[in-house]
Amino acid sequence: MRQTSSLTILRRTVSTPVILILLLVAFAILSWAVGSRPFNQTVIDILVQVTLVTGLYIFIGNSGVISFGHAAFACLGGYVIAWTTIKPMMKKNAMPGLPDWLMSMEIGWWAAAALAALWAALWAGIFGAILMRLSGIAASIATFAMLAMINAIYSNWSGVTGGTSSIVGIPIIRSVWPYLAVASLAVIIAWAYSISRHGLILRAARDEPTAARASGVDIPRARLIAFVLSGAVMGAGGAMLALSIGVVTPNTFYLGLTFTTLSMLVVGGMGSLSGAVLGVLILSSLIQVLRWLEAGVQIGTSTFALPGGVQEIGLGVVMILILMFRPTGIMGNRELKFPWRR
Amino acid sequence: MSALQIMFDALSLGSLYALGALGIALIFGVMRLVNFAHGDVIAFCVFALLWPSVDAIAIVFAGNLPWFLLIPFVLVMGAGLSVLCEFVVFRRFRNTNPATMMIASFALGFVIRYFLLMLFSSRPKSISLLPELSQPVTVLGARIPLLQLITILVTVGVLVGLTVFLRRTRFGLEMRAAAENFTMARMLGVRANRVIMVAFALSGALAGAIALILGSQTGTANIVMGANVMLMAFIATVIGGMGSLAGAVLAGFLLGASATLLQALLPPEARAFRDAFVYGAVILVLIFRPQGILSARGMKERV
Repeated sequence: MRQTSSLTILRRTVSTPVILILLLVAFAILSWAVGSRPFNQTVIDILVQVTLVTGLYIFIGNSGVISFGHAAFACLGGYVIAWTTIKPMMKKNAMPGLPDWLMSMEIGWWAAAALAALWAALWAGIFGAILMRLSGIAASIATFAMLAMINAIYSNWSGVTGGTSSIVGIPIIRSVWPYLAVASLAVIIAWAYSISRHGLILRAARDEPTAARASGVDIPRARLIAFVLSGAVMGAGGAMLALSIGVVTPNTFYLGLTFTTLSMLVVGGMGSLSGAVLGVLILSSLIQVLRWLEAGVQIGTSTFALPGGVQEIGLGVVMILILMFRPTGIMGNRELKFPWRR
Repeated sequence: MSALQIMFDALSLGSLYALGALGIALIFGVMRLVNFAHGDVIAFCVFALLWPSVDAIAIVFAGNLPWFLLIPFVLVMGAGLSVLCEFVVFRRFRNTNPATMMIASFALGFVIRYFLLMLFSSRPKSISLLPELSQPVTVLGARIPLLQLITILVTVGVLVGLTVFLRRTRFGLEMRAAAENFTMARMLGVRANRVIMVAFALSGALAGAIALILGSQTGTANIVMGANVMLMAFIATVIGGMGSLAGAVLAGFLLGASATLLQALLPPEARAFRDAFVYGAVILVLIFRPQGILSARGMKERV
């Protein structure tokens, strides 16, 4: 009986990740076909953001607790990339305090990204064990404190993280395929988690906490599982971000990243995996247009450029308007599905 | 450093956090909004003294006013911006859940911050705000900056004034009633809009006071200058017990004291991590008292 029911869930929901991954593949193929360097970079940015926002969705979407701290896991992941992929010669100058085994380590991007996910998951487990006992607003603010704490440590631990100065020398990956693979993997993990026993339990606890507790659900534990999993995905996302730009600083992974990832999730719809991915696609397009306008557009003989900061203001205004008129985001709680499946 | 000096440091830093926590807790009390834009209101108040320019040198505009006009000007700017935020944004979110309001205020804070960035650029600018306050004075044998003394006195004054306002005036009574049970208060004739307006105006004026203290203390105007105080203020409201004004103030002073003590007691190489230690201590407090030190009545989830 149990077997058939989980198979039914699988059959009923599998179209969502398939559609989303096909969408991402379409973007990747488009960039490969166009072959222009800036467009390629744009698609890479989008795929990195998809990974990050999907990671954020795994926790926020299923638990209903807003986290302002997930950028910290991206920070942990990003610095693992700096520790493990930069050439030992360069590491000696930038981060002299690294232990010898780490100083001499130079591994491939996928191994480094996997390590980044593990490192982030480890800390998500440690922080989560404490933070998941809180609920509602107190939990949100505590995640914010966690972000500030990790940022304070990484900004001041000069020997190991280079302090606030940027760490350069990460071998940049310009091909779009690794990013596609990680983003697709993130989508699959998010989907598999949301139809798993733990995901269903957590969503039940989100919608009816009292009833769930009465049915024997251990809410902190259910949240912790989601927190660790989303921390791991965020760690991998941070790793891919570091690999795409080649530079890490603690402020790459601070309030700005929190703001963009959260706004993408809110605009797309916090309760929906499709919403998370669509939110990235929609807001990334908006950001591209605004960036382009900030850089200046030639109209006739005069150049028209918006002042710097308009990009963030635009993003903030869109976010507020969506929250005002469509608080559940564009997708609400729905998912993209093939129309002929029921 | 003498013990007396450490005490004054702790009290003045604690005052700053307590004023911030009060600004957050006032609004949270009446409308369950965690106002992430508070820190950016603080920054806005400092920049209100300057003329918009992206040059490295600050063009002082309203900052040239004599002090008895300057101080009300900054307080009014804070109150005005805060009320404007309520009017334009938060009014539309009255009936939504606290999480939605919180994200909206986060977005609003970013809009204010990048608006400042657009007008003033992100470079910190040096300003000289009330320079006469940086002279040292001798109190009980300890030489401390006059500003520290004034910060502490102002905070005590604000706390006394606010207590009188909340306990002895009709507005205060209405605000306390609204904080206790908003729906019931409205039914008994409390005008919701007016109470919320007053809460926002007070919170904005408190942000203005923090802006004056921070501006004269650091001598710089920076678009992210409010962020640290705001974060500490948030933490103070959480460990003080969400919605409890007394708890927020108490926790603000505790945070200030622990930060100063850590600064004095930690070995020099660990001092850079002072804030990380404070956040860690906060997380530890939350393990043992997830409801905060003084949890407000009526805040428990009813089943």
